Amino acid sequence: MSATTAPKVRRLGPRARAERREAIALVVPALLPIVVFSLIPLLSGVALGFTNATLRRNAEVEFIGLGNFIELAGDTRFWGSFGIGLVWAGAVALLTLVSSMGLALLLNTDLRFKTLTRILALVPWAMPPVVIAIVWRMIYNPNSGPLNAFLETFGIPGVNWLGDFSTALPAVIVVGVWSGIPQTTVLLLAGMQSIAPELHEAAAVDGAGAVRRFWHITLPGLRPVIIAITSLDFIWQFNSFGLIYVLSEYGPGGRTMIPPLFTYLEAFRNREIGYASAMGDVLVIAIMLILSLYLVHQFRQQKAVKA
Amino acid sequence: MNGRRIAGRALQYLALAGYLIFLGFPLLWLISASFKSSQELNSLTANLIPSPWVFDNYANALERQNLLTAAGNSVLVAVLTMIIAVVLSMPMAYALARLRGRLRAAGTVWILTSQVFPTILIIIPLFLVLRTLQLNDTLFGLILVYVTFTLPFTLWMLQGFVAAIPRELEEAAEMDGAGRLMILRSVVLPLLVPGLVATAMFTFVSAWNEFFLALVLLQSPELYTLPIALRSFLGAEGQTQLGPLAAGAVLATIPSFVIFSILQRRLTGGLLAGAVKG
Repeated sequence: MSATTAPKVRRLGPRARAERREAIALVVPALLPIVVFSLIPLLSGVALGFTNATLRRNAEVEFIGLGNFIELAGDTRFWGSFGIGLVWAGAVALLTLVSSMGLALLLNTDLRFKTLTRILALVPWAMPPVVIAIVWRMIYNPNSGPLNAFLETFGIPGVNWLGDFSTALPAVIVVGVWSGIPQTTVLLLAGMQSIAPELHEAAAVDGAGAVRRFWHITLPGLRPVIIAITSLDFIWQFNSFGLIYVLSEYGPGGRTMIPPLFTYLEAFRNREIGYASAMGDVLVIAIMLILSLYLVHQFRQQKAVKA
Repeated sequence: MNGRRIAGRALQYLALAGYLIFLGFPLLWLISASFKSSQELNSLTANLIPSPWVFDNYANALERQNLLTAAGNSVLVAVLTMIIAVVLSMPMAYALARLRGRLRAAGTVWILTSQVFPTILIIIPLFLVLRTLQLNDTLFGLILVYVTFTLPFTLWMLQGFVAAIPRELEEAAEMDGAGRLMILRSVVLPLLVPGLVATAMFTFVSAWNEFFLALVLLQSPELYTLPIALRSFLGAEGQTQLGPLAAGAVLATIPSFVIFSILQRRLTGGLLAGAVKG
């Protein structure tokens, strides 16, 4: 292959060479910041994981091979945080999908108030994460929050939602779902509208009810969209930081200590950036592993459905 | 049969009402809190309608904790990020959409992988790079970082808009003897304006809302952007002045909300749907 392409490059005509120069000129302005502020930091971030670098001034940086990773393997606090991250990202991705599916189905019918819903559905999307966290802190407030006041009218005693061991993580997950619904709903709705209406009509003629039509037409038709959304949601939530940091920080007894938070504290409070980078490396590998398992599984199922 | 349909309808409206309350209530509560007195905010009764209505929270918010300076910083950072990101990504987006082969493939792969890598892994070396360039704890450094982090998104959106412009228009101009630069300026650019505006607005919102990078890269309080300033408002539990905080939060939400309402039709029209066409 390389033997046949190499001479071709040399035989480029003046026109092709001009085009190549053009392409380079078009790409360089955006490529430069990407290389300096994204690619180089990324590669050195991966490399830092193999050193004992710290943020202390004049500290000598040594290459320590797999030292950080061996230490990390036995670090139960990190793996605890990793587990919390999986629960958080998985639960938010799944619950967002389910609740967005419901909303998208409602919006895809001929109900009224659709414009109002569409505008209101934008609220969580447009709010800065910090503001979302501030609002929900008020709502969850054990003394003056509306949630406890609402429950107390039914005689249910108040709960310290963000401060209690058992409710902190679920409470945070609800906020994650709340902020994720708009985007997912919009994408699902677009997917639903691209399914040919003839399919539904034909199925209705054959006597299929709404539930069966959803199960056998809508759901298979949405499959690519669902796979893409759940993967992206999972990644984004697993890597997200601002919302939980302001909402509950690490929570009672570290119950909401998601991995980015744990790594942030290690890097910028304990100043151990080598060790923190090793954590980052592990997180990247873990995400890619989980994602590829999920995608392979999904595509196999899709093939099985088609065959 | 008819009775069942009416019952079904009623259930649908009930579900819709549930969604409306869930999605809309937090904003209502925030707005209501921004008009409440501190006595009411700290009392055990929770009413949606403030009594009495208090209007000084907004004035207080702007006076306290450099919130006005922070708003100025946020405007500066978001506007410059928007301009630089769009100007830088326009040529490359054109190349991604129009040129075939390895460049396009490499670009797409990079855009996708940039989503997988946790910001936390990049922020540590980025902090070191900026420190070496003496750009840490400066708004300019933050802008450069924001530009880089929004480029995958702006490139992806813009290349979609370029691809939607019929190639024949460019070929016709080429037939008439127009050079590439001329074609870009007088054929592609005018048709790209709506896409550019939408992309620019999204870039503005993402820079305006961003929290984590600003938290790590800015240390001086006079450089804080709005999200960081609002977070520092929270302060020690119990000491928080909830009224001014709520007012500040409302003010911080307005720009994003205005932009999202303008883009509403595009959002629902599948602007982002292209990103997940599998």
